[in-house]
Amino acid sequence: MSSDTESVKTIEAAALRDLQAVAKLDALEEWRVSYLGRKGRLTMLLRSLADMSIDQRRSLGKEANEAKQRLETAHDTRRDALERKRLSEVIERESIDVTLPGSTLPLMRGRMHPITQTMRDMLAAFTSMGFQVAEGPEVEWDTYNFEKLRIPQDHPARDMWDTLWIDYEKDGRRPMLLRTHTSPNQIRVMEQRKPPIRIVVPGKCYRFEATDATHEWQLTQIEGLAIDEGIGMTHLKGTLAEVARRIFGADRRVSFRCSYYPFVEPGMDVNIDCFICRGEGCRTCHYSGWIEILGSGMVHPEIIEAQGYDPERYTGFAFGVGIERIALLRYGVDDIRHFYANDLRFLRQF
Amino acid sequence: MLVPLSWLADYVDLTLDPKEIARRLTIAGIEVEDIITPAEWDGIVVAHVESVEPHPNADRLRLATVDIGNGERPHVICGAPNIAAGQKVAYASLGTKLIDGHTGEVTVLKKAKIRGVESQGMICSEKELGLSGEHEGILVLPEDAKVGAPLSQVMGDTIFDLDLTPNRPDWFSVLGVAREVAALTGQGWRDPSLEHPEGKKKARDFVTVEIEDADLCTRYVGAVIENLTIGDSPKWMQKRLVDAGLRPINNVVDITNYVMLEMGQPLHAFDYEKVRGKKIVVRRARKGERLLLLTEDKERELADDMLVIADGEGATAVAGVMGGGDSEVTPATRTILLEAANFKATSVRRTSHALKLRTDASARFEKGLSRHLPPLAASRAVKLMVELCGGTAAEGLVDAFPGREGEREVPVRMGRLAAVLGLDVPPEQVTSILSSLGFETRMAEQDSLVARVPYWRTDVVLDVDVIEEVARIIGYDQLPTTQLRGQIPTDVPQPMTALRERVKNILGSFMQEVITYSMSDPESLRKVLPPEELAINPPLKLANPLSRQWEYGRTTLRHSLLQTMEANIRGSPELLTLFETARVYLPREDDLPHEVESLCGVVSGRQPDRWGLPTGAEAGFFEAKACLERLFDELGVEGEYRASHDFVYLPGRTAEIVCGETQVGLIGEVHPHIASDFGIERSVAMFEVNLEALLPHVAGIARYTPVSPYPSVEQDLAVIVNTEVPAGRILQLIRAFPIVAEAMVFDVYTGDQIPAGKKSLAFRITFQSKDGTLTEEDASKQRNRIIERLRRDVNAEPRA
Repeated sequence: MSSDTESVKTIEAAALRDLQAVAKLDALEEWRVSYLGRKGRLTMLLRSLADMSIDQRRSLGKEANEAKQRLETAHDTRRDALERKRLSEVIERESIDVTLPGSTLPLMRGRMHPITQTMRDMLAAFTSMGFQVAEGPEVEWDTYNFEKLRIPQDHPARDMWDTLWIDYEKDGRRPMLLRTHTSPNQIRVMEQRKPPIRIVVPGKCYRFEATDATHEWQLTQIEGLAIDEGIGMTHLKGTLAEVARRIFGADRRVSFRCSYYPFVEPGMDVNIDCFICRGEGCRTCHYSGWIEILGSGMVHPEIIEAQGYDPERYTGFAFGVGIERIALLRYGVDDIRHFYANDLRFLRQF
Repeated sequence: MLVPLSWLADYVDLTLDPKEIARRLTIAGIEVEDIITPAEWDGIVVAHVESVEPHPNADRLRLATVDIGNGERPHVICGAPNIAAGQKVAYASLGTKLIDGHTGEVTVLKKAKIRGVESQGMICSEKELGLSGEHEGILVLPEDAKVGAPLSQVMGDTIFDLDLTPNRPDWFSVLGVAREVAALTGQGWRDPSLEHPEGKKKARDFVTVEIEDADLCTRYVGAVIENLTIGDSPKWMQKRLVDAGLRPINNVVDITNYVMLEMGQPLHAFDYEKVRGKKIVVRRARKGERLLLLTEDKERELADDMLVIADGEGATAVAGVMGGGDSEVTPATRTILLEAANFKATSVRRTSHALKLRTDASARFEKGLSRHLPPLAASRAVKLMVELCGGTAAEGLVDAFPGREGEREVPVRMGRLAAVLGLDVPPEQVTSILSSLGFETRMAEQDSLVARVPYWRTDVVLDVDVIEEVARIIGYDQLPTTQLRGQIPTDVPQPMTALRERVKNILGSFMQEVITYSMSDPESLRKVLPPEELAINPPLKLANPLSRQWEYGRTTLRHSLLQTMEANIRGSPELLTLFETARVYLPREDDLPHEVESLCGVVSGRQPDRWGLPTGAEAGFFEAKACLERLFDELGVEGEYRASHDFVYLPGRTAEIVCGETQVGLIGEVHPHIASDFGIERSVAMFEVNLEALLPHVAGIARYTPVSPYPSVEQDLAVIVNTEVPAGRILQLIRAFPIVAEAMVFDVYTGDQIPAGKKSLAFRITFQSKDGTLTEEDASKQRNRIIERLRRDVNAEPRA
């Protein structure tokens, strides 16, 4: 028995000694076969256990198995080191002169994402009417996203925007969030500029919303704001009808209905006739014949006043458009999730 | 909210068809999301049961003869225990589609012999008609149902499914919707009747009400009904509740729900005998106070900012949210204490959120109900309880009203109305619209009108609120459309936005733009960023992520582009080039994160041949660099590429891009281990640019320099240098000569004819002078000066 124990130790010592000398990956494999392979020295020893007594089997088996594990670990360590060495040699040999010029590219066809294309067409329509682009942060304070828009804490209208909150607490509250709409930048711009104001705010927004064919948790909006003397609802209607005409064509009908957003009064939703049934009424349009494309309204006088302007003198309108919705209608896409799946077979259609 | 039209018709005549009413409501702000029409029930008519005979061969079955109005008298076999001669029932002829009472599947009724007798049709149960799960007996119709009439005329009700806005709590009631229908169809509405007999005992002798926290409870009205009998509410009420989406429970509870749906005021019924101390105290919960709520089997601990309704001993209900189990109405209840109160909206909302209990009551209270509603709703419920539960009402109401307020008057200038709408509306029209909505108006000064707001319109406070009323009843579609005029504001330059859009234009002309998600999972970030960077700059974390996949704000675009690349390879060798511009979020202490406009591009696949087919050569560093060079060239950016190291890139094939002395980006071949982590088993090259850092290096408007009228001379130069000398360094040295108009590298060679550790570089140099024509000799002289310079600075030797 003692001689057998001896032989486990001997094999292990020999194996480790040989391993030291292994300098290449193929030599390492030879080493593995000769000690740990099916006919390797340690394997053979383990096999011979079958002929021994139970006691011998127990103690020797334990020892041999432990040695086997140690050798396997040593093997892996050595293999990793050799891999690294080989790779660094390759790198050394194949490292390139990064200052050499790029190779000539074939004339490749590039494309903008359909959301970018739609966004740009919308922005072009607005900028031609004197609106200027003003972007704002995507991570916002509750103050800008809600409170200054007349949506205080515990206001039921908060349910209209399911919110993704940042894991950051101050004074027992979570004051930071992913903006749920581009509206906070209305306030930021009003704080910085004086009327007349005409801006559009393009950008990403985020909602705590399960995704399905018509809902995405990440979305893109354009917010619009116009403040001046003598701006009325008829101007809001005129501006939005003109943009709808440019985006969807002159033969689309546009309708307006009363709606509610805490930061506007009166509030207004804009619909176009359903692109599937052309106003007859179908499942897509909830049998109304109309599809809502944006929310809008006259800027609430309390908001104008809070920015230090006289609400009797200055009036204005604001609107928010979801670009994905517009793109769905425009291209006849049946599922909003296509946009951020970025499948080239989809993207290359636009 | 679900509003059955037959219920609506109690308060207003429906003079138009449902579709037109829905259209007008939707335009006026009550979105009718769906019009639920009764099932078709083709072939099912009202029948009169003329006789019921036993089945000759079966004890439990009977043979009914029914009159179906067209002269026929079919014999129908029926197993229902409740069938009797003289009933009006729903008869289905052969071939009718019905729901099978046993399997629940839709089946077509076929001719069948049951125990040797043929059944000519069927008398239906509620389950077979899809009305409910009831299959014990047949549906018995009202006695006045007309024989032969389609069942849908007798049973069916059209229901509006409304998507309501939170500013109009009054719309969360059938009466509120009726008022709108009235105004939109030019007629009045009928308020529900409150009249009922009262007993001798006074309500205030039954119970006292004390409001301790008047900031959270502006009014508490109590009513008492004695000697009532708990049982089922009448069928008509049950049907209305079911149609409106509520489950009938017992007559008392059903009446409280019915009145809530009818008038919008939530009510609560306590078993009076279980109100300890015969008193009601409205107060904030005591610290640690516990309460067993209705519908729950475990006590809840209440927070001390929650308002409770307590009796003489402790809390019995959470105000405006849910009643307690201990004071629940049971079949044994004989006397009811009915609560109709007004609680502070924000408090109810906060409490219901904290308890995670959104109830029909809390959904109404949180929107801010009228303080004038409680006594009206209480009286209405008392009337129904007296009539339907056989009770006696105590005299009067107990009414604690610390938040008493007068009626609100809102002045509206006609000029202001015209300015906001952009339309002149004559005062008479304004008055008539407002009065159709329940406002009283009077002219104050010449240009001004005062509107007295009806009690249910808690939302109308300012003149613009009144102006909206005028606009929406006129109809927004009726307002004219005009284009904006006036001064166009001075432009405020947005250089960062402009740069990003230029970058998209340039790259989008030959690469595919993608837009990926801004949030990421920690594993993806860990694949592309070294652990120490994640430890020093931990990414922004969401408190309530939709899933772990979208938990962190990304601090890099790398993983997004690699994931998108992987998803698009699909085993094809085609060369794919993708890019994205987006913001990454770098957290800052106690502040919004720094949002950095960033660019990332990835290139992978085999380069196309002359026919556009993939060749054997895999695109790598220099193909990615070509994309970036094109971008920088168009932007007029001078970028220097310096060999560098980075976690995500393969050493030896990585460069930082430097403008001035600022690193603006990185480029390289993605380390194969990392590519493999993303499932990409081939070469991927990537570039990243911080657009904010790049911005100051973008060229402004180009300056003209005169074109030299003299011809140029081209000469080639090959030099042998140590392998580590970058070609770019030599180009810099060559271009530093004023006589050099242009220089480019066109060959690199290592191999047999070059000593080990050396390489040969070939340059084409264009010489041109502003002052005269250069000869080949002049050029050669300059070329020699260049060689001297290269020999001195980079130890170069001209190649023979």
